[in-house]
Amino acid sequence: MDELQSLMHGFAVALTPTNLALMFTGIVLGVIIGVLPGLGGANGVAILLPLTFSMAQTPGGQTSAIILLSCIYWGALFGGAITSVLFNIPGEPWSVATTFDGHPLAQQGRAGTALTAAFTSSFVGALIAVIVVTFLSPIVASFALEFGPPEFFAVYLLTFCAFVGMSKEPPFKTLAAMMTGFALAAVGTDPVTGALRFTFGSVYLLDGFDFLIAVIGLFGIGEIFLTLEEGLAFKGASARINLGVVLETWKELPRYWLTSLRSSVVGCFMGIVPGGATPASFMSYGVARRFSKNGDKFGSGQVEGVVAPETAAHAAGTSALLPMLTLGVPGSPTAAVLLGGLLIWGLQPGPLLFVEQKDFVWGLIASMYLGNIAGLIVVLTCVPLFAAILRIPFSVIAPVIVVVCAIGAYTVHNSIFDVWMMVVFGVLGYLFKKLQYPLAPMVLAIVLGDNAEASFRQAMLMSQGDMSILFSNGLVGGITTLALALLAWPLVTWLWRRARGS
Amino acid sequence: MDPNTDDTRPAFRARTAELAVAGLFFLVGAIIIFDSVRLGARWAADGPQPGYFPFYLGVIICLSSLINAIGSLALRGPRNRSFVEVGQLRLVLSVLIPSAVFVGLVSWIGIYVSAILYIALFMRWLGKYAWWKLLSVAFGVSITFYLIFEMWFKVPLPKGPLEALLGLD
Repeated sequence: MDELQSLMHGFAVALTPTNLALMFTGIVLGVIIGVLPGLGGANGVAILLPLTFSMAQTPGGQTSAIILLSCIYWGALFGGAITSVLFNIPGEPWSVATTFDGHPLAQQGRAGTALTAAFTSSFVGALIAVIVVTFLSPIVASFALEFGPPEFFAVYLLTFCAFVGMSKEPPFKTLAAMMTGFALAAVGTDPVTGALRFTFGSVYLLDGFDFLIAVIGLFGIGEIFLTLEEGLAFKGASARINLGVVLETWKELPRYWLTSLRSSVVGCFMGIVPGGATPASFMSYGVARRFSKNGDKFGSGQVEGVVAPETAAHAAGTSALLPMLTLGVPGSPTAAVLLGGLLIWGLQPGPLLFVEQKDFVWGLIASMYLGNIAGLIVVLTCVPLFAAILRIPFSVIAPVIVVVCAIGAYTVHNSIFDVWMMVVFGVLGYLFKKLQYPLAPMVLAIVLGDNAEASFRQAMLMSQGDMSILFSNGLVGGITTLALALLAWPLVTWLWRRARGS
Repeated sequence: MDPNTDDTRPAFRARTAELAVAGLFFLVGAIIIFDSVRLGARWAADGPQPGYFPFYLGVIICLSSLINAIGSLALRGPRNRSFVEVGQLRLVLSVLIPSAVFVGLVSWIGIYVSAILYIALFMRWLGKYAWWKLLSVAFGVSITFYLIFEMWFKVPLPKGPLEALLGLD
């Protein structure tokens, strides 16, 4: 078992005092970020990314930096559940489904049970996903070593078609947002010919748009505006978790092993194929409701209704790192920000990472096991503390978050222009979110735009402009066909509904 | 709290907002097509020209935004619900405008002093806090950030005349 040996080596890398300290720091910061309105996994990691620039230059520092940032991500995943259960405010989009049964439980005075169930099933989902990552990613990576430009372009195509096919937003809005993301990525110097594109003589646009700025603006500032509309006061249930409640809930949880397993499968699948954590949590809530004996009672405070979405969201969030590491194609916006971090630290994500940076990859995977254990301990013990953060009035917390976002945007390139762009992206994020334009594919398109275009152009050079190279062998043809099928999926369901309606 | 934020009349309706955003996308698409054609969106002797890939992006953006615009025309009567209420819009603007002023101030007086002003005035305006409360929060936050960024992580942030005066530059 090569993987187990590599994993043991990874544990040796991850289990240094510095890395353990970073792990706990990351988890605590992550939960706080997940609890605060306007700060979430993606923009939280984006804001803290510049702080790791100097850290990553020390020997072994890249591993420490990724451990810190990925633990912020796990922390944010855990934190989302707290606000959903106690305040009925999903701190993160993927915890919307957790509010359906989590908040009714809290209103019945069983907040401790709901939170314990949420945290424990998050942990289980993440654990199963990490095991999948451990054993599947070396296989995917060795497979992907053979990939050429057409295969890579087909993978990108699949990623983006999956967004059109699987998101619940209208397909043409997804397309418009996504293609605008690609267009923003194309601004600046053309990597192949060196020609200036879409700069219109402005020096500010020479370097193009940085996706970190877009992430901070779209998710951070935009989210603040949306939260504001709901008013300035949060009303929440209070929470106390004591050992008795935890043990009692843990005694109850094994009953839902089948729900957990199903949700983990849904989550891992949606994380690897870039559907993301949010659709995964909804899908597994729906599946659990259909299959459960108490399905008709869902929504009135069923523990099973908390287990299903939380397991799936964590499984998806965790397994989203698999395509990021092995193919360089992130499965979620936060994974995209982590990928951006790797590039800035001078690591090239993709199959070669598993050959050339064994310490980094296995240190990260080992830290995923440890980080989730640390996360479970932190959230179970510190819930009242984190809930107290939400009681800070919005008129205090909002300006502080705007300042944090501005500092984050400034430190990316030390440029005030970027801070202005953050404000613009904030307004756009608000409009897009209200009009159901999805943000995730847009962000992913800004991140992957240059690579997708490069692989497309290289593939076209190989074939002298003949599109049929995307079907030239079984592998690339299979991926392309799957991508086109996903792209056509909304059309198929629309026709099906029309045919049945008439 | 400002009493007139309870105004629930719609400031914009969904159709107006949909059409405006679709128009924005169309404009972006048109700009992309225009500049791609200028750069050359064809197949040259040495392969695809710089505008080859973006040209099609522009076309897809324009077509999608047209379809979205046509779709939004069907929003009539009750389906053309309120996009944002007057009170909500006022709240959003009461954050957006100070934030923009804050960003504008950063290049003049540095991020720390602007953050103090911004947080203090925001809390005064929207939260009606007592002066000592808002001053302690504003100074506390700004000094904490100074310690974290300048001291601990050695990441320099924009500074203005006050920092120069105090010799903190």
